[in-house]
Parts: sequence; C-alpha cells; structure tokens
Amino acid sequence: MIWGVLQFPGSCDERDAVHACRLASGEARLVWHEDRDLGGVDGVVVPGGFSYGDYLRAGAIARFSPAMEAVAELAAAGGPVLGICNGFQVLCEAGLLPGALLLNESMRFVCRQVELVEAGSIVDLTTPGGGQVNQSTSLSIPAKHGEGRYYAPEEELDRLEANGQVAYRYAPGQNPNGSARDIAGVRSEAGNVLGLMPHPEHAVDPLTGSTDGLRVFEAMAAVAA
Amino acid sequence: MNVETAKHRELGLTDSEFELIVEKMGREPNTVELAMFSLLWSEHCAYKHSRKLLGKLPTEGERVVMGPGENAGAVAVGSGYAVAFKVESHNHPSAVEPFQGAATGVGGILRDVFAIGARPIAILDSLRFGELDSLRSRHLLDGAVRGIGHYGNSIGVPNVGGEIYFEAPYEHNCLVNAMCIGLAKSDDMVRAAAAGVGNAVVLMGASTGRDGIGGASVLASAELGEGDEAKRPTVQIGDPFEESKVLECCLELLAKGLLVSLQDLGAAGLTSSAGEMASAGGVGIDLDVAKVPLREADMEPFEIMVSESQERMLAVVEPARVAEVLAVCEKWQTGSAEIGVVTDSGQVRILRGEEVVGEMPVEALVDGCPLYDLEPAEPAGWIYGNRATLAAGASAEDELLALLAAPSIASKRWAFEQYDSVVGSRTVRRPESADAAVLQLPECGNAIAVSIDGNGRRVACDPYAGTVEAVLECAQNLACVGAEPLGLTNCLNFGNPEKPGTAWQLERSVSALADACTALGVPVVGGNVSLYNEGPEGPIYPTPVVGMVGELPDPGQVAGSAFVAAGDAVALLGPFSPTMAGSELAKQRGELDVGLPQPDVAGVAAACATVRDAVRAGKLACVHDVSDGGLACALAECSIGAGVGCRVDLQPLRDRGCSPEEALFGEGSGGFLLSGERGALEALGAVILGAVGGTTIEIAAGDRSIVVGLGTAESAWRSLAELVESAGA
Amino acid sequence: MAKARVLIRPKEGILDPQGKAVERALPALGFEGIGHVHVGRMVELEAEDPERLAELCEKLLANPLIEDYEIQTL
Repeated sequence: MIWGVLQFPGSCDERDAVHACRLASGEARLVWHEDRDLGGVDGVVVPGGFSYGDYLRAGAIARFSPAMEAVAELAAAGGPVLGICNGFQVLCEAGLLPGALLLNESMRFVCRQVELVEAGSIVDLTTPGGGQVNQSTSLSIPAKHGEGRYYAPEEELDRLEANGQVAYRYAPGQNPNGSARDIAGVRSEAGNVLGLMPHPEHAVDPLTGSTDGLRVFEAMAAVAA
Repeated sequence: MNVETAKHRELGLTDSEFELIVEKMGREPNTVELAMFSLLWSEHCAYKHSRKLLGKLPTEGERVVMGPGENAGAVAVGSGYAVAFKVESHNHPSAVEPFQGAATGVGGILRDVFAIGARPIAILDSLRFGELDSLRSRHLLDGAVRGIGHYGNSIGVPNVGGEIYFEAPYEHNCLVNAMCIGLAKSDDMVRAAAAGVGNAVVLMGASTGRDGIGGASVLASAELGEGDEAKRPTVQIGDPFEESKVLECCLELLAKGLLVSLQDLGAAGLTSSAGEMASAGGVGIDLDVAKVPLREADMEPFEIMVSESQERMLAVVEPARVAEVLAVCEKWQTGSAEIGVVTDSGQVRILRGEEVVGEMPVEALVDGCPLYDLEPAEPAGWIYGNRATLAAGASAEDELLALLAAPSIASKRWAFEQYDSVVGSRTVRRPESADAAVLQLPECGNAIAVSIDGNGRRVACDPYAGTVEAVLECAQNLACVGAEPLGLTNCLNFGNPEKPGTAWQLERSVSALADACTALGVPVVGGNVSLYNEGPEGPIYPTPVVGMVGELPDPGQVAGSAFVAAGDAVALLGPFSPTMAGSELAKQRGELDVGLPQPDVAGVAAACATVRDAVRAGKLACVHDVSDGGLACALAECSIGAGVGCRVDLQPLRDRGCSPEEALFGEGSGGFLLSGERGALEALGAVILGAVGGTTIEIAAGDRSIVVGLGTAESAWRSLAELVESAGA
Repeated sequence: MAKARVLIRPKEGILDPQGKAVERALPALGFEGIGHVHVGRMVELEAEDPERLAELCEKLLANPLIEDYEIQTL
C-alpha cells in the first residue's frame, strides 16, 4: 500500500500525515500539487493546513490543482482518498464530498483533544449503505481548525444519515465548532472518499497523545486492498 | 546647521548625532542617507543605550554553536544537530494595532530562525496587558492572541507555551514578546556576513510597499503619546502564507548549498539587512532600488530602503548560481530579484538605475552610532502605585479563590486553545500539562524543553533580585521536566533609559542576568532590547523576559504538573523561603512596595539538579514549580489538573520561620511541589506535607487554614474566558 | 476592459456568526435600530470578457452551496 500525501503551498500537516501513513500501513510519499500524475500511489491523503493561505475560501484554490484532477480520477476508480481538515475542505470544494465547512461558531480557532464517535462500522466502507450503526467506538483525536463547522441543507443531511455517509460525530458535549448534527466527518456515497476535520495523523504516537488515529488510516488502507 | 532644516529631529536623531553623521560623511546627508542613518542609529537598531551594558552577559559555552550577533543563537543538542532560538519584542506596533503587531512579531522571529538555516519547530509567547477591567486591555489581549494564532497556525509552527500577565503599568504599553525555536544540523547553519566581492545580492519574498515606513525610529524609539491613531499607517501587515513559501524556499536553497549568506529583513528593512551583512563581512554593498519588486508604483528611493514590508529575505549568491536561486523561488511561487552586488568599497551605495542616490561608509552607518552611558539613580520608594481589589479581612479561602481567579494566575486555556500546539508531531507536553514545553527530537533520540518567564512586578520591587528570580524560574521549570539548561535568550522590556530611575532598573537587571547566568553556567546566545515603553502615567514595570532551552535524554520520562493518584504523598523540595514581598496577594491587598529577599542561587541550582535527576529516573508522579500565588495556588493547580484533591499541612514551612500567610501565599524562588511514593520523596530530601486524595483541597497553616471544594477552586481558576468574552472585546 | 465588483454573502438561513457578532456589538457602541447584519466578501477585478464573470463566480469566487453572489459592473 503506497499512500500519496498532497502538498500545496501552505500545507502544514503533510509530513505528519506521511509519517502516520507509514506507521499505519506501508509506504507514503509527498505528491507536489502541480503533478498531474500521482506516480502510482494506491491512495491519497489531502492533508491539513492552510493551502493558499485559505484565501477566498479554505480549499477553494487548491481544489483546482493538477494533482486534484488526478485525485478525482483515483476516487472515481474506487481508490481511498482521505481528506483531513483543510483536506476535507478541499474535497468539499471539489465536489468529491457533499457539504461545506464554515467558520466556527465561536469565530475562534480551536485546538483541543476531542472525542469522536464512529458512526457505523468503518470496515463496511466498501459496502455502501452497509455500515449501519450497531455499535460505536470512540476515538480521542486532536481537532485544530478555525473553519470546521460542517454544513449541508437539511434534506441533504437526512440523505447522508440514511445512506450511512456520516462517518464520525463529535461525542455529546464535544462539538468544538457548531457542526450540524455534531458531524465531524463524512464519506462519499461509494464510501471510498472520507473527510474529517480532526487530525488522526496527530494521534499515532503515545508520546504525543493517543494512538486512536491509526485506526482511521488502517481503515482507509483496507479500501485499497 | 540650519534650524529650519532640522528634519533629523523629526526622524529621532539628536543634534549632536546629526553633527557626527556630517563629520563621518564629510558632508551633510541627503534624504536617502538621512533616512537610513535615522533608522540604523535609532534605539531599536543601534541599542545605543543598552549596548555597553549587554557586554556584561556571558555568551560562551561548549554547547554554543552560534552566539549573539547573528540572526539567532544556537546550541548543540547532540547527533550533529543544533537548536536555534531567540526572543524578540513587537511592543509598540502591538499597542497600536494588536492583531497585526503580534502577528508580524511572530513572523519576524520565525525569519530570524530560518535565516540561520534552522527549520522553526516551535513558538512561545510572553504577553503583558493592563488589567482586564479596561476595554482597551481586553481589546489588545484579544487582538494579540488572534494575531499570534493566525500567523503561527497558518505557517504550521506549533505554539507550545508562554505566559500572560495583567498589570496596570502595562495599560498604555502592552508587551508582546515572541520566541521561536528551530532545528538544524550544526554544519548546515549559515551566517549573515556578506562575502565575496562581485557576488550578487538577491531579494526574495514579498514585494516592497510602504509598510512601517519610519516604523523603527518613529515608533520604537519614542514614548507613545497622543496621536497614536496617526501612527496606524506605519504598522506592518503580515502574510503567513507568503512566509511559509519563503521559508520552504530558503531552506531548500540552503540545503542545495546555493547561498553564501542569508539575512532576514526586519526593523529598518533593506537598510539594516544590507548594512549589517556588509558590516559583518567587512565589505561594501551596492543596491539598485529600481530592481526591487514594488507593490506601489511611485515609491521614492528612501521609502524603498526603509520599508518594513514583511516576509522578505536578503541573500548573497555567487553569480553563477543566481539563475538556480531564482528558479527555486519560482517553484515556491515567491518573488525574487537580483538587486545588487557585493563590493570592496566599504560603502553602502544606493543606486536608482545608473544614478547614485546615496553613499555611506558601512562603518559609520552600522557601527558609528554613539553609545550612551546610562545615568542611573535609584528611585525613592515604590513608584507604581497600588490598588486594593481584595476586601479587608478576607478569609484564607477567599484569598485562595481570588488568587486562582486572578487573570495573571488563572488558566490561560482561553488563549492557548487558539494556538495549534500539535503540528509537527514533536509536542510531548502541551500547554498547561507541565511546567515547561517538551519537544521530541527523533532525529537525535532525545528531546528539548523550553520555558519563557519573567515577573515585571517583582523586578519592580527589586530589579536585581527579581531578574535573578526570572532566570531561576526558567531553570526550575526546565528541571520539572527533567531538562538541563543549555542556553538562554532574553528580551529586556523597559521604560525610557534617559530617565535615571529606569536607567537604574536596566543596569541592575542586566547585572543580575549576567550574574545568574554565570552562576548557573547558562550562556546567553542572543536577545533583544525594547526601551521607551512608557506612557503618560509612567514607565512599565521593568520586565526582563527570559527564554531558556534545555535538553533531556528521554521524552518518555517527563513528569507532568498534575497529581496522578490518590494516596500519593505530597512534598516540598528546595530552599523555598516565601515572603509577601512582591506577591500577587500583596498586589490584591494594595500593599506593594520596594524590596525582595535575595534568592539563594546555589541552593536553587542544587534543588534543580535533584529534581531533574529524579524526573529522569521516573521517581516522581508529578512536579510543579511554586511561583505566582505561592504554595496554596500550586497545590490547587496540581489538584485541579488531576481532578482529585489533597490534604496537606504546611507546618514544615512554619518551622522554617514562615507565618501562616507566608506559607500559604508567599512567593520566592526555590520551591518544588512533588508528588509520588512517600519513601522516594523522602530519599530526595523533600519534606512531606500530606497526601493526594478526596474532593477538597485542604491546607492546614496554623490559624489560617483552607478547606475549599475542588469544583469551586476549578471554577475560579477557569474564569479567564468569561472575563475576556463577557463585556465584548 | 470592464471593471466589476462581486459581492459575496452567506446564503439566508445559514448561521452567520460574524454578522451576529457585529449586530450584537452595535448597541454598546451607540448604534440603535440596526439589524439583519451579514458579513461577506468583496472581490474587485477588471475583465476582458465580462460574459465569463458569472462562470467565474460559480466556479471559484463563491461557493454556491453556502453563498449568494452579485456582480456589479462599474
């Protein structure tokens, strides 16, 4: 399993993502945003940070990069695509995931360890709609963002819930940004594209926090298999 | 000299300084030359009132890789790596426009660190504002924290620690000091000296506009008075996205060996960078302003030379490699232009195309500024006033809660949650989980710890003792995480040095800094001075801010600052002799006055060694330095952090001669609060005070005993957010 | 060359915390009787082909899911 981690001008967490991918499942390397060819990677991580300074809207410019065209092709072919924080914003702007991320309700950047609840079983990622909530596991992962409030029109949210596309929710009382229905992460209809606001790449080393983040990478790697 | 053409006075030069310039030039300076001299001869750039004093500081040590005089200092941390670090102030701009002032302060210190080839890996900030019942102070606090967060978060460097104090003397002049830590291979570090006659001078980064024109001499070398609003246009605007591109570009250029030297553009822009590069290299420099990429079309040569537009770097490059350099800049989408050449003329020559618009001897420009002796005189008594906020006859419980709720002591979670503290995956101890920040260095197999400290109020009580305490505070905080100090940086924030009282404070403080660093064997590898922090009501508290970096062998063996388990013993270690002098309680009672006991430096150093070794050996469950608010606050903090109370008796302190009040709330160096297995603590020479357990904090201290619920204590300690957000910043 | 100004504002019904914060702060500053405050963005540009501005807005300048836009030719 070879992961490609995109790198835009202004990306911040790409090296951390490379490290996390290697820990979780094999090889990983950086992919420059101008490369139209992903170089044979099996899956892609669109990392956190402030690509293009978050200018205009977070992710609005990055989504037009040549590398993102290649990512769209990989996604259409069923390859795993993981968007973290700014990456989630880029995927929404690119239309690879539904909804949008808005300014935190507090209007402040917030960096805080949060508890997430897995909505549905991740291993059913390859079976769209097959991941109904039977039991939830919780993950402790740092969130750090200023524009992480998930939004989609109500009917869209109903549809996402019904389809099992809500991948993660903030545990009760843990919503740091006012996201609709406490949504922290969503997946595409086909299930191989996942976006989440908290940072699993910062939860892979017991020295620096929890290691719950590894599960997110392992689950996405399973999509490629 | 024609009195009508006393332009030099408007630019901050004295008549005799102007005459000296004329003498050195052999003629009167033209506009471009006058502008450049006025900036490089300003207090901010020339350190003319502090340079003689700073010569006292110890700067050498076997771990020093880069000492004062370069863009940042650096110490070796093993495996061929060095940690670069420095602290700098951006006080005056932040008082005028807090968001941009603080943001560009962070931007500037980041550039100082990557200018020597080190990748920034952490930021810390040390802030001071007036009391929070002032709308202005809430506005400045809010703006500064947002600005620091905006810049640091955007560029992806974690903010891992800092401090915020609220005191009336900072009402008019807030302090924003930013510290940056970077990592590099020692052999790869680069110096600023320009070298190689005929080499090209290349400007990289953002285009040049009118930001901060005259900023250095107008803002930083004069007291803020009325008409600050009119100074708003001179505040610099920061763009962290541009800086992230410049940073990656520079590090790539250095990795490829494409640069002879590198310098960042900070105060006084091109003037200081070019001048200092030439001076350090003993060469001359020709610069053509017509080649500088401009943001505004009609800028005059002097404006281009003094502009403080952010996110720009100056490099010296061999002619054969200029094309490659420009190509790397292009890749990173950052601006670049060849704007000059290194010469052997010993002059800084400014050209506009073919026309020479300015020509100054390097030596005169950079080192010719007269250095002034201070005329210190100790003020008679306490000059800062007092304001009682605590009702007379308050109970010990009320006093503890008032201290925990004091904005200077309360949890700063409201602030540090606005900072990304985890990016980079090095942060082993996030803010408020231990007394110092800890960053792992997987490249080297060890870790570093950082602390930034300074209590201006205590320095005001006794500039010598208070400054020694600041250095000891850092050393104690490092010991709490098992770290041994490697080096120190400092920012000296003081009032107007031409006034004898301030001169006295500055002189005493620098002496203390020198003595304490020498006694501890910690070299000063760099720093910054910010003077003229004075408003209509008088000067700020004399505030030397100290940043210390230490190393520890095993990031897995780092005690935290919260109790761990019920049943653990609680103990006190070190030559702690608390008094009410200069304490937060004395402040709240309106009883501040001059005088502080002299700290026992040797005793504190020995205690630091004991604690450090014990932490490394895993013998302690938790360890917390006793500082603001005294032992009662330290105990409360350890309990709140753990969610479990404690029951202690401070009789051992009473036995040393402390009154109950001093034992509870007295302050001073040398106190370490420990928890762990009783026998282990006793073996270290600590004195047992009690044990962890229960849901109340119970502290027996003779006739002033405290029993307070954990929840009540926590509410008080977490009240800062509400205070700041309530009246609408 | 046509000069244009694009105004971008949050769609009705979407929580606009910036607009709310501004609105809440007004009375304390002495401004009464001001409501329905929304905070958006403004982009000014010069375009050779003004026909393409709508497409530019739809694709890049605004996110049609969450924002409305208005093109003003100057």
